[in-house]
Amino acid sequence: MCGIAGLIHRGKSSNVGSELQGMLQALKHRGEDSTGYALYGDTDGKNFIMRFKVGENVGEGSTSVSEDVSVYDERKKIVDQTLSELGAKIVKEERTLPYSLRYELAYDKKDLLEFSQRIENIPGVEILSMGKSLEVIKDLGNAKAVCDRYSLDKLVGTHAIGHARMATESGVDIKSAHPFWGYPFSDVSVVHNGQLTNYWNNRRALENKGMRFMSECDSELIAVYIAQKMREGASLEEGMKDSLTGLDGVFTYFVATKDSLGMAKDTMAAKPLVLYESDDLVAMGSEEIAIRSVLPQEIDTYDPFDGEVKVWQI
Amino acid sequence: MANIKNVTKKTKAQAMGMHTEVLTGRTQQKFFNPDEAENFYYFGTYDVDFNKRTNLDVIDMTAAEANKEIDNLMSQGYGTIVIKNPQGKHSIGVGILNKLNLIFEGSLGYFGIGSCDGPTVRINGRVGWSCAENLMAGKVVIEKNAGSCFGAAIRGGDLICKGSVGARTGIDMKGGTIIIGGDAGAFTGFMMQRGRIIILGDVGINLGDSMYDGTIFVGGEIGSYGSDAVDAELTKSDQDWLKRKLKVAEIGENFNVSKMKKIVAGKKLWNYDNLEPTEKKGAI
Repeated sequence: MCGIAGLIHRGKSSNVGSELQGMLQALKHRGEDSTGYALYGDTDGKNFIMRFKVGENVGEGSTSVSEDVSVYDERKKIVDQTLSELGAKIVKEERTLPYSLRYELAYDKKDLLEFSQRIENIPGVEILSMGKSLEVIKDLGNAKAVCDRYSLDKLVGTHAIGHARMATESGVDIKSAHPFWGYPFSDVSVVHNGQLTNYWNNRRALENKGMRFMSECDSELIAVYIAQKMREGASLEEGMKDSLTGLDGVFTYFVATKDSLGMAKDTMAAKPLVLYESDDLVAMGSEEIAIRSVLPQEIDTYDPFDGEVKVWQI
Repeated sequence: MANIKNVTKKTKAQAMGMHTEVLTGRTQQKFFNPDEAENFYYFGTYDVDFNKRTNLDVIDMTAAEANKEIDNLMSQGYGTIVIKNPQGKHSIGVGILNKLNLIFEGSLGYFGIGSCDGPTVRINGRVGWSCAENLMAGKVVIEKNAGSCFGAAIRGGDLICKGSVGARTGIDMKGGTIIIGGDAGAFTGFMMQRGRIIILGDVGINLGDSMYDGTIFVGGEIGSYGSDAVDAELTKSDQDWLKRKLKVAEIGENFNVSKMKKIVAGKKLWNYDNLEPTEKKGAI
């Protein structure tokens, strides 16, 4: 089933980590195999923030295996060495969990394709997000468990999207969890509720164009599909509108960039979405109770129509 | 299967010409006898007084607890119940088989007012997906917007949304009336079998797709017609009925009903003819 939630504060920052946690926790009955956050924090914009993993948290049906911490340590060393070779300087390093790391990097190149390929060529290593504001944090368990594990409730920023997952198309592990980074674009992330039925056709075509897939999760296709459209020169909104015909199946998804947040709904309107919109805040979720967790007072909400695409700026 | 035989002994219903046959053998069929009406017991109903009013704050209740408390209040004779702080909770106000004034001060989540028979419900907020599913009788009024599958499979009653609704409104409906003050999404009236839908605003793609029967009235623009949905003539009788219905529903009383479009089933998809599958394909 899965639940998605997102919010964007326009003109100010707020405690988006705590707010998104409340929204996703309200949706936990839609799935708590894994929960993911894409948080756009307040930063000075100088350094890149790279969230990556050097191992898996393995749940039911996963094709990954549990490994010893020493393996993670070895992979981390190779990552550090590769970063040095790429000319990226580690400014700050945090290791929240044995397999999950956060680096602040001084790196002056804009094209992240080669950078990402070099890092992800290291076996067992996956970049969860790369950007100057975006941080993707995802792990097994419900929203509160993941928030507590990674201490996300203090994170201040302008906008965020998140996902509570009930695994259907692939196993329970971090690589299949949402949000997906819009590789290789800085600060682009995607969450999705639904099923895509032309996944393999699109995947083959996109891989032939040099794009990479890290999981067998159909939702990853949306991130890669839109990233490819943007590589070809489309705007975020144009890429999203194109996806309504390019992607087959039922879906409602959110895309976020450094300064915007968008939603798209398939032409069958088969997946739910409730939307609240005001001058200073947009909040949306699979169910109204997600919005109620941040806006308990009586408000006007609505369901976007079939084939609708909307994008908001901060 | 029971045998059907003509017998000489008649029940009262048969004497009135309502039945000419009697099922014999193992059958569950029962005939209504007006003389015994007072002995009939309808499970889950109570004698309530509409002037007896109470408030129920459900902010800390689960849906099951809230529904149980509504039932408990009805058993105490309360005929008007005001629900405070529903906060978008799912499945509240379901399974009410009673005359009752039920007022929600706030919004409901999914499956609100499901499987009801008789209550008059007013919701001062919005409702999520599948509101009033399987409504048998009564009146449900939503002051704001509604989600998808609004009034799915209703058999009777009036379902009114003063705002806009999502996709698949009135899917599989078998009776009753759905009235929408704003716009409606895709697949409105999908596979409807009976009843009427009135939309004062615009409606999305595939209107009345695969509808068996029933009527849809649209005041605004239509995105596209679904399979087998066709235009029909809006008669004087239709217009009179629309005026009366909109007035009773307290919505669009001054709406110019003469400009509305009437959509019905073309009945080309019906399987009650002798068309071969290939011929049927051509007919569609």
